[in-house]
Amino acid sequence: GAGQDVGRSCILVSIAGKNVMLDCGMHMGYNDDRRFPDFSYITQNGRLTDFLDCVIISHFHLDHCGALPYFSEMVGYDGPIYMTHPTKAICPILLEDYRKITVDKKGETNFFTSQMIKDCMKKVVAVHLHQTVQVDEELEIKAYYAGHVLGAAMFQIKVGCESVVYTGDYNMTPDRHLGAAWIDKCRPDLLISESTYATTIRDSKRCRERDFLKKVHETVERGGKVLIPVFALGRAQELCILLETFWERMNLKAPIYFSTGLTEKANHYYKLFITWTNQKIRKTFVQRNMFEFKHIKAFDRAFADNPGPMVVFATPGMLHAGQSLQIFRKWAGNEKNMVIMPGYCVQGTVGHKILSGQRKLEMEGRQILEVKMQVEYMSFSAHADAKGIMQLIRQAEPRNVLLVHGEAKKMEFLKQKIEQEFHVSCYMPANGETTTILTNPCIPVDISLGLLKREAAIGDAP
Amino acid sequence: MAAHLKKRVYEEFTKVVQQQHEDLSTKKLRLTKPSKSAALHVDLCKATSPADALQYLLQFARKPVEVESVEGVVRILLEHYYKENDASVRLKIASLLGLLSKTAGFSPDCIMDDAINTLQNEKSHQVLAQLLDTLLVIGTKLPENPSVRMRLVEVACKHLTDSSHGVRNKCLQLIGCLGPVEKGVAKEAESQAAKDVQKIIGDHFNDQDPRVRTAAIKAMLQLHERGLKLHQAIYSQACKLLADDYEQVRSAAVQLIWVLSQLYPESIVPIPSSNEEIRLVDDAFGKICHMVSDGSWVVRVQAAKLLGSMQQVSSHFLEQTLDKKLMSDLRRKRTAHERAKELYSSGEFSSGRKWGDDAPKEEIDTGAVNLIESGACGAFVHGLEDEMYEVRIAAVEALCMLAQSSPSFAEKCLDFLVDMFNDEIEEVRLQSIHTMRKISNNITLREDQLDTVLAVLEDSSRDIREALHELLCCTNVSTKEGIHLALVELLKNLTKYPTDRESIWKCLKFLGSRHPTLVLPLVPELLSTHPFFDTPEPDMDDPAYIAVLVLIFNAAKSCPTMPALFSDHTFRHYAYLRDSLSHLVPPLRLPGRKLVSSAVSPSITSHEDPSQQFLHQSLERVYNFQHLDPQGIQELLEFTIRDLQRLGELQSELAGMADFTATYLQCQLLLIKALQEKLWNVAAPLYLKQNALASAAAKQILEETYKMEFMYSGVESRQVVIIHHMRLQAKALQLIVTARTTRGVEPLFGMCEKFLQEVDSFQRCFISELPHMQGSFVDKLLDLMPRLVTSKPSEVVKILQTTLRQSTFLHLPLPEQLHRATANIIEPTGESDNPLRFTSGLVVALDVDATLEHVQDPQGTVKVQVLYPDGQAQLIHPKPADFRNPGPGRHRLITQVYLSHTAWTEPCQIEVRLLLAYNSNKSKASTRIPKSTWSESLEALPPSENGIEGTIPFSKPVKVYIMPKPARR
Repeated sequence: GAGQDVGRSCILVSIAGKNVMLDCGMHMGYNDDRRFPDFSYITQNGRLTDFLDCVIISHFHLDHCGALPYFSEMVGYDGPIYMTHPTKAICPILLEDYRKITVDKKGETNFFTSQMIKDCMKKVVAVHLHQTVQVDEELEIKAYYAGHVLGAAMFQIKVGCESVVYTGDYNMTPDRHLGAAWIDKCRPDLLISESTYATTIRDSKRCRERDFLKKVHETVERGGKVLIPVFALGRAQELCILLETFWERMNLKAPIYFSTGLTEKANHYYKLFITWTNQKIRKTFVQRNMFEFKHIKAFDRAFADNPGPMVVFATPGMLHAGQSLQIFRKWAGNEKNMVIMPGYCVQGTVGHKILSGQRKLEMEGRQILEVKMQVEYMSFSAHADAKGIMQLIRQAEPRNVLLVHGEAKKMEFLKQKIEQEFHVSCYMPANGETTTILTNPCIPVDISLGLLKREAAIGDAP
Repeated sequence: MAAHLKKRVYEEFTKVVQQQHEDLSTKKLRLTKPSKSAALHVDLCKATSPADALQYLLQFARKPVEVESVEGVVRILLEHYYKENDASVRLKIASLLGLLSKTAGFSPDCIMDDAINTLQNEKSHQVLAQLLDTLLVIGTKLPENPSVRMRLVEVACKHLTDSSHGVRNKCLQLIGCLGPVEKGVAKEAESQAAKDVQKIIGDHFNDQDPRVRTAAIKAMLQLHERGLKLHQAIYSQACKLLADDYEQVRSAAVQLIWVLSQLYPESIVPIPSSNEEIRLVDDAFGKICHMVSDGSWVVRVQAAKLLGSMQQVSSHFLEQTLDKKLMSDLRRKRTAHERAKELYSSGEFSSGRKWGDDAPKEEIDTGAVNLIESGACGAFVHGLEDEMYEVRIAAVEALCMLAQSSPSFAEKCLDFLVDMFNDEIEEVRLQSIHTMRKISNNITLREDQLDTVLAVLEDSSRDIREALHELLCCTNVSTKEGIHLALVELLKNLTKYPTDRESIWKCLKFLGSRHPTLVLPLVPELLSTHPFFDTPEPDMDDPAYIAVLVLIFNAAKSCPTMPALFSDHTFRHYAYLRDSLSHLVPPLRLPGRKLVSSAVSPSITSHEDPSQQFLHQSLERVYNFQHLDPQGIQELLEFTIRDLQRLGELQSELAGMADFTATYLQCQLLLIKALQEKLWNVAAPLYLKQNALASAAAKQILEETYKMEFMYSGVESRQVVIIHHMRLQAKALQLIVTARTTRGVEPLFGMCEKFLQEVDSFQRCFISELPHMQGSFVDKLLDLMPRLVTSKPSEVVKILQTTLRQSTFLHLPLPEQLHRATANIIEPTGESDNPLRFTSGLVVALDVDATLEHVQDPQGTVKVQVLYPDGQAQLIHPKPADFRNPGPGRHRLITQVYLSHTAWTEPCQIEVRLLLAYNSNKSKASTRIPKSTWSESLEALPPSENGIEGTIPFSKPVKVYIMPKPARR
């Protein structure tokens, strides 16, 4: 999966006789068998456990780990699964949530169960950053910090002197709660990089943050209410921190609410894994953990009708259902209020409609909702842009680059650029396609110490 | 060789022992010194295992060795060195040798030969490295000896081929520190050698070990620091090192490139890929910019810092650093900054409401996009967005330095600096505000930028707000809307944080005087006047209204048409403010308003001189009073003191001067009064009251003299003499009073002696000033000195009494500048009715915020005193870091005072005040007055500690309501 495509990340790497599967994601766009990677492709008939040496999950987004229980329990895999500690902690929550939506709401059968998620998690081995884990005698893996979301990591897979670095999703510019991805000059034979923003160079984050804060602040000062529909994890925390520190700095009094449920649990993990966050949070947590919000309180349904200004974070992020939609309907009629969409909206959702300027919405039950509130769009996205990708390549100095997790057309551009700037070959295989990369294996030679020293002495002499 | 050495060592050793015996009888002190080396020898001989020997050496190293015995110790050590088989012991010995040769006064050339010899036979790399280190120490101790240096460098070159990195490291370090740096004019051979040194070091740039590479670059830098002109050829080598795997190497290489770029800014280097050539400084700039996006933050900080000091770089390159081409799906996109600018120039306000606002515009040619920036592109954009705040601060600093030298760059970097005002770390915000202030003469703020800047006014950190006020003081605003915006935001700030009052008024004062023409059209609106209707008169005590008036009056100063817009009450308010806030409201010429203007304008035009004149005249008058009768003198003094005090209140510039002289005259008045007592000659015990008065006067004079000496800045030695003279007189008075009240002669003896000592020390300290003091008390006293020394105390007292009466009043010459140290406690305000509650036995922190003016060395002298209702007083020393220095002569104390007390039944007030601690031993004239019993017994001083002799309260006490609650059981 993820070849010239976004979603369903699943990459199989055979390196020096070892087989490693990188990520095991699902595709958001499909509801049939295509949502999971085709695991039969790997072995045809044999057992997966025999074929794969290990599975590595880079972070907890469902397009990177969504198919894990299906893969390990239903298809059958008993080998080790590696992920970082925060990923291991948060991943089951998301999987459970995903399961609930598909099974309980849509009534699908033949889906993995809660028990399966639990069983699957038992197979997970958690790793620390920069910890070298020996999977077996020859295969070793090592995690690097990747930014993007809490616990996201890049993995270096090394067998003998051949190595591959898989980036997962990463972010080269630090944000309010996470740092930037970092890798040392490990010179891997192959760098497998995501390329979501292959053709984009973004403006400085500060402008966006400033705009965001200014808009919220103005609305609150006017006495209006601000609705920010978010997904429970990732950006939500960043925006929370942003608002929290702003409130702190400016001594503002208006309440900020956070819709309950999933998010609270997630916040708890953010509090726990403080070492994975950015410099500021790490430095100040002794005085106060930034995730112990002073101004942000849990939201209750009744609060939506309270008078006076307030800011509410509500799920889900595209205003297609749930709490955020309810609040939206309550507040849409007042022009003092504002809704800020911090992310992308899929076509067909309410979010997409209002962003494209529709002012009259037809809700279920034929009633027409007139939107008088202000609608703002603001992109807070945590993928590396083209410059970031190039920067990472420069840092790691790989001998080959392979692009995944992006659109084919955009990859083409980046591929050309990479080849031009670094003079390394670059690949962008489609799903199911295999790329073979030749390496120059180095052959270790035993040599007596005396001889080596003598040689060195002669060689060094000017 | 070794045998010979041994012999010498034993000779040395025996000699030492002999000396020991000789000295035994005479000087006990010297006994211990030689025995130390002997003991070491014995110990080392005793040592059976290497571990034991090591232990002995360690113990030995802890104690210092005297200069005389160093050589002996060195010999013994060397002897053991040859015998020793264990590398670790040899290592320790080698390090001891280095340590010993550092001993001050010891010339290590005698042991150099030995040290070099030991090098040749040594096998262990670590010991070798240590020996080289020792040689380095020896070499640095002998800076005047080129031949020794040459020899050492040769030795080092020989060992450069060693296989251990440690040895090579040390060799390079040695070459760097000792390599010859003579310029070409010197001998041919030497300049040849110098070239060699650079070449030798240069060869090691490609060493296989990163530590050696780092050492090589550092050695090169060391050579540069010592004045050797590095060759340009190194540049290309250094550039290669920028891509090194190891951060220390890269960090050192960045530095080297910077050094080279400063040395050869104008030379031309080719660009590798094309045929073009550019200046070296530009190329280096590009390369260092590149390092701002390095993987290691240490390198990034270094690169960002160095960028700031590269001022010769051409503006074309400089401006690239702020450039970042945006694109979205291969189409060119404008940055938010560009959009803001465009919106501004097209006259629209940013709606920001459209989704497609930042929609990408034109297609970009895929070939033209250069993703890896070739050189300087966007270096600062990256630096300012860096993950580590250290890098961001460094980048802001660099921006500041570059912008100061280039106005066009300043204009361009403005957007970025404004963005930094919203950084998540306060230090970065503060730094960027300060930076902005520094470059503010080069820039004019656009409205949208101003908007962002002003938004920061609501910051809860006081430092930030005040920094911003200072920034606003010196910014240029382009439109009248901008001024209005600034005013509105400042007023908002004022209501939110009333404590910022002073700072905001000051800010508006400058804002007004800088932009008179922009304020003019706003005046009717600001004063809410109406062409037809009379509007209600605003409240004069409203800080916001005062703020508006401050802005307007300062603008009106250079805009004569403005007063025509004022309404009647404005003029009245002007008169009031001019009087009450004279430092904020400038003198105005108000035409057609004779009533007001006549009262004000004369004093405006030439108020400086008359008051100065007045001061001098009144002093002149006082100094000529000799011919007046006693009553007249007293009255004259009283009037003059009153006049001076009033003058000080009116003219802030002269306050220091006036107060100073008033205090002096006050002292004189007290002295005269005390001496004028008609009943002085009557038997003492009967007139206790008079005595009490005189002793009180003496005490007060003493206090006042301390104030005069330590509370004013700008006091010169001429004044100090006179102050000390006055103090001496007071002490004499005290002596007389004591003599009259005490029975018996014994205590008087001591006091007389003390007094005479003081006279003596006065004479010694101020010998140069004595000629100016004709006819004064001390002059006469010194004449009588021989008599005084021999006579009895009672006679001494009599003599003193008469001299004191007869002595003339000394003129107090005024210094150029005199300022009185003042302190104003801003916080706590002392107005709170809510007691600060805390559990007894625990502590509560009280925030104290005060401004100090004209205090020299506040860190050492300013103390906080807390007085509890039970009379208990605490003296608190604020940390040096609590003092900030916002401007010359001004200091700001922001500290926390910890309070604690046992439980009280009801809340009560404590007093907090600032004290100025002084110590006459450290005073400017460096008077060596021994701490006298006088001052200790007569001034109720808090127990003096670490050199504090006494304290002067110099701020108004502030009352704080506190309530320690009993602890719950």
